[in-house]
Amino acid sequence: MHSGISILFAGQNFSRLLGGLWISAKISIVSLVIGIALGILLGALRTVKNPILRVILRLYLEFFRIVPTVVLLFLFYYILPKNFNVNLNAQAVAMLVFALWVGAEMSDIVRGALISVPQHQCEAGIAIGLNGPQLFRYVLLPQAIGLMIPATINLMTRVIKTTSLLLLISVMDVINIGQQIIEANRQTHPDGAFWVYGLIFILYFLLCYPLSAWARHLERQQDNNA
Amino acid sequence: MKKHTRLIAAFLAVVTLFGLFAGFAQPAQAAETTSVSAIKKRGTIKIAVFGDLPPYGWVDKNGKRQGYDIALAKQVGKDLGVKVKYVQVNADSRVDALNSNKVDLVLANFTVTPERKQVISFAKPYMKVSIGVISPKSKPITKVSQLKGKNLIVNKGTTAEQYFTKDSKGATLQKYDSKTQQFNALKNGRAAALADDNSYLYAWVKDNPKYTVGIKHLGPNQYIAPGIKKGNKSLLKWTNKEITKLNNNGFFDKNYTNNLKPYFGSDVTAKDIVIK
Repeated sequence: MHSGISILFAGQNFSRLLGGLWISAKISIVSLVIGIALGILLGALRTVKNPILRVILRLYLEFFRIVPTVVLLFLFYYILPKNFNVNLNAQAVAMLVFALWVGAEMSDIVRGALISVPQHQCEAGIAIGLNGPQLFRYVLLPQAIGLMIPATINLMTRVIKTTSLLLLISVMDVINIGQQIIEANRQTHPDGAFWVYGLIFILYFLLCYPLSAWARHLERQQDNNA
Repeated sequence: MKKHTRLIAAFLAVVTLFGLFAGFAQPAQAAETTSVSAIKKRGTIKIAVFGDLPPYGWVDKNGKRQGYDIALAKQVGKDLGVKVKYVQVNADSRVDALNSNKVDLVLANFTVTPERKQVISFAKPYMKVSIGVISPKSKPITKVSQLKGKNLIVNKGTTAEQYFTKDSKGATLQKYDSKTQQFNALKNGRAAALADDNSYLYAWVKDNPKYTVGIKHLGPNQYIAPGIKKGNKSLLKWTNKEITKLNNNGFFDKNYTNNLKPYFGSDVTAKDIVIK
């Protein structure tokens, strides 16, 4: 009886797992880029004093924050196509749901950061004749970014880890491939699960750790600048 | 107080949003997009399969799909003259995958049940399973009457548990939570026999040659059949014809030999699984 570690390197297994990891990473990256851009826009709009706009954006935020990601994925993958006849493939659904979710969470992070910029900074900007968008671009955003970074990077790692739910909508992500390998070898290597999940743990760590290291680096830079 | 009112308002709004989704729920469009002519025009058939259930649907170390269901899927694609696109599903998403047009056909060890029949259609079955009973080769139990006054092991939540709970045939039931526990209990001599789905037992006995599937079939047969979206008459008709044809030309016997026999060992023959 060989140790279950051998199944990691049998045939194409290792490159299949890496392929699955790439799917997870690709979905995370695309949804983060779109979601963060959307979140910055919506976050800025949420500081505008327009009651109707506020209610709409607040509803959007609450909907995506309260409804569990699993439910959202099912809703967009199985239920919406049935009722509206839109049929997206699984990866596109994953990117869409994650981007909308990131957009919602990000809008709250951005709003929080923007309103924490001291009021007198704004007033000073107005005094030198900046208009609304200029004020946002040159005064508020640069100062708010430092405040957003820790929460944003936390959000990024959450998105990466949440890709593990995607197997529920038939995305061939790293967890899904891992389960295929475990079950294909259940008879000959009953301890395969330990090694496969061990490797997946390391792979997720390799994706997420650089992000937290980067976050720490940026925060230190901020401290030095201050 | 005001804060509470706002919270409640927000909650109601979210509920309303959900209601909107539900409100638009019309009976799904007729299955035009998955009819045989549509599939042929598209050039691919989307088939839901398992990726983690050897020997029915699994993936080998080179990333190739293998198994009894996969062999059938390949044959279906060949006979339709189209390419096969596999969509890997879990047990509980098989019905949804059909109803949301994610797949045209489900070939994923899909057991026919009255509940499922209400929401999807099943074509002709291509496999049967039922309850089996294993016992040590030294003291084999080959008839239900032999169970009288003996201890019998079952796994909670299985059809075997349901069957013997309704009528224990004079045996004393021992119920366990997992497959591992129940097989260990049998090995430790806590009972004279163990009852479970026969397809599991065949595979287990192969690895544990001191035991034998003394009773191969018990209770009503359960059938495994292709799942098709309700209302998709053309594909249902085509699949029924296909299963009949494959039955007659010995495809399933060959499929049994290639995919199931290596797992089930010599205790079992194609006749125990394949439907004639």
